[in-house]
Amino acid sequence: MTEQNPILDMRGIHKRFTGVVALKDVKFRLFPGEVHALMGENGAGKSTLIKVLTGVHDINEGTVTMEGKQLAISSPLEAQEAGITTVYQEVNLCTNLSVAENIFIGREPRRFGRILWKEMNRRAEQLLAERLNVSIDVTLPLASYSVAVQQLVAIARALNISAKVLILDEPTSSLDANEVRELFTVMRKLKEQGLAILFVTHFLDQVYEISDRISILRGGEFVGEYLAAELPRIDLVLKMIGKDLHLLAELPKSGSKEESRNGEAFLQASSLGRKGAIEPYDLNIARGEIIGFAGLLGSGRTESARLLFGADRADAGELTVEGTGGKIDSPRQAIRQGIAFCSENRKTEGIIADLTVRENIVLALQASRGWFRTISRKRQDEIADEYIKALNINPKNPEQLIKNLSGGNQQKVLLARWLLMEPKLLILDEPTRGIDIGAKAEIQKLVLALSRKGMSVLFISSELEEVLRVSDRIAVLRDRHLVKMMTAEEMSHENVMKAIAGG
Amino acid sequence: MFKRQYLPILVTVGLFVLVFLAGSFRYTGFFSLQVLTNLLIDNAFLLIVAVGMTFVIVSGGIDLSVGSMVALTTMLSATLVEQQGWPPSVVIPLVLAFGCLYGFGMGAIIHYFNIQPFIVTLAGMFLARGLCYIISINTITINDSFYKDMAMTKIQLPGGSFVSISVIIALAVVLLALYLAHYTRFGRNTYAIGGSEQSALLMGLPVARTKMLVYAFSGFCSALGGVVFTFYMLSGYGLHAVGLELDAIAAVVIGGTLLTGGVGYVAGTFFGVLILGVIQTIINFEGTLSSWWTKIVIGVLLFLFIILQRVINVRASKMKVI
Repeated sequence: MTEQNPILDMRGIHKRFTGVVALKDVKFRLFPGEVHALMGENGAGKSTLIKVLTGVHDINEGTVTMEGKQLAISSPLEAQEAGITTVYQEVNLCTNLSVAENIFIGREPRRFGRILWKEMNRRAEQLLAERLNVSIDVTLPLASYSVAVQQLVAIARALNISAKVLILDEPTSSLDANEVRELFTVMRKLKEQGLAILFVTHFLDQVYEISDRISILRGGEFVGEYLAAELPRIDLVLKMIGKDLHLLAELPKSGSKEESRNGEAFLQASSLGRKGAIEPYDLNIARGEIIGFAGLLGSGRTESARLLFGADRADAGELTVEGTGGKIDSPRQAIRQGIAFCSENRKTEGIIADLTVRENIVLALQASRGWFRTISRKRQDEIADEYIKALNINPKNPEQLIKNLSGGNQQKVLLARWLLMEPKLLILDEPTRGIDIGAKAEIQKLVLALSRKGMSVLFISSELEEVLRVSDRIAVLRDRHLVKMMTAEEMSHENVMKAIAGG
Repeated sequence: MFKRQYLPILVTVGLFVLVFLAGSFRYTGFFSLQVLTNLLIDNAFLLIVAVGMTFVIVSGGIDLSVGSMVALTTMLSATLVEQQGWPPSVVIPLVLAFGCLYGFGMGAIIHYFNIQPFIVTLAGMFLARGLCYIISINTITINDSFYKDMAMTKIQLPGGSFVSISVIIALAVVLLALYLAHYTRFGRNTYAIGGSEQSALLMGLPVARTKMLVYAFSGFCSALGGVVFTFYMLSGYGLHAVGLELDAIAAVVIGGTLLTGGVGYVAGTFFGVLILGVIQTIINFEGTLSSWWTKIVIGVLLFLFIILQRVINVRASKMKVI
């Protein structure tokens, strides 16, 4: 493979934003017919590199060569014309348009300027069937399909633009296991067709399953390029983190803190349910207990948590807090009862992008005090400094706008916001999604430390290892049913997998 | 196959038929072709303006300047024809070009300075309205024979009814807009931008050009609406078409276009305008009701349609195919 010439060759790439160096002398090569994983922690510069390649950002220094010709890409359109297309994590298509239009818009078949709809629909069907093995009604709006299908449509669009380089940016974060398998089948097929695929993900398993080659970035610098088969997992992790961190091993196993829990019930849900979201379920949470929610995407994990927080109204059952009784039917009431909810959609339901880190942290506390009892600026600064230090938020500047932080650090700010409220129950919905291993371990450690202080935690995650590691008990959900409550003794990878799979 | 996405427009058409039939049963002489053609004659200018507005709203924007633009067009036409003595064959293309440019300019400001369309077109609205009074604070009556001919000419239809030339122009605009919206790249790009401007940009669509053209088209439509309004009123006046932009928005929304952009139909707007017209007609037939009742009914209808759209949206999002 190395005898070939790379289809894409980036050398000496420098990218500076006001005051921050995002990329420093980075190189990257991509060969036809390979899947090349770009790895790195949050803030390593992966996103920036991709944005440079797709023309969203200009570069300050360096060269991009494609098929031997030097490129100056300054817009997504130019990148497309050069044969570089990207499929993002959040699918960047227009869900109001039909599937066929999403594939062809901008390049519709036309006669005298008139769009030929029949021809377009026919070609869309053919393209999806022949190259991706997908057969769907292409005249329906894209919004009628799941994210997995939307991604395939995005890939189909890329193929139609005769892409030579396909960039898949975190395509699997919102897919379930089956959908991931389907996506990989498609990727293998495309690889055989000679496409060069740049694959970005946080899932190590997936990297090794699909990639031929791995490039690693760290702190905006290039670490190295390796053949996947020749790079042991542990080395990959070490190179990404850059220091000898056995963070995950350090964590105490869940059983070890059994004694710290006093068993006093905090919250009791009996036959709590909501039509179309989650079947009625029972759940008791004791003080200081960590309950893990395991299940596939769409199994009702988030839905059941939203009921506990009053974000959706339960239409059956009862929710009792500390024996006081009564339903929680609005987030306001839940907050007053000491429940905090850290949403999985941090972009839309969590952070306020244009406020600073400090403002984002004190937001909930300020809201709970009422807007007339303001928190003094001095106190705000103290709070912000304290949590930036405690949670290791980077950069350590409380006046930074939160939108300029990486995903993991945004997540920590959100966490700080709710911790500041000193909740009795903290609901964490996918707190570690899309963040790097180091930050993951920190958040897990923090959760364990908090529970030891008597805070109950409801921990929702797609990563089974993580749920197993932190939880005292695990609730397994399947197809919108809570199918099994597992105690510490029953909890094992195998048992949970079995419960999730059912049958 | 019935498609869920056509439901709002079917509701609009159904509502129009219902209101028209209700009028027909209640009032003698209501059920006639002439009542129908009068709807078009009296609302030709609104129809033209609303068509332009449809594109703007589908693109995710709003254009508040259209009413003032209509007034300014009547003023410009009147002063150039009557006071300066320019021939209509020069004046009409001139005002149309002016409308285009005016819209294009607003579009450019909206896009390049990344300012909300609401505030830019609000400024455009005040500016155009103010310019009317620079020309004159009084009504300028038009006596030019071409304008009078355009106003008086009746095109006979079979069955003894007739339409005005304005109606022909309005229908031509509707047909042109239908074609633009559904069979040209400009139209589809407009829908894409309304769906997600960010995505449209990343898909490599010409977002800047399309947005500016959308506002230019709306400017053109409001200028053409102004020309037609001049035929209708035979005068220029700074207080013409006050609040027309709101009628146009109401017609577009009742026609099934989502204010959030991305979804909408020119055909829906056509029926939206007809619904506004038929309500007015019924209130005229009733005789005893004040014309403000039109506003009340339109207000109620708007509420109902917004709620209907919300319900359809929520249900659609629950019914994923895969």
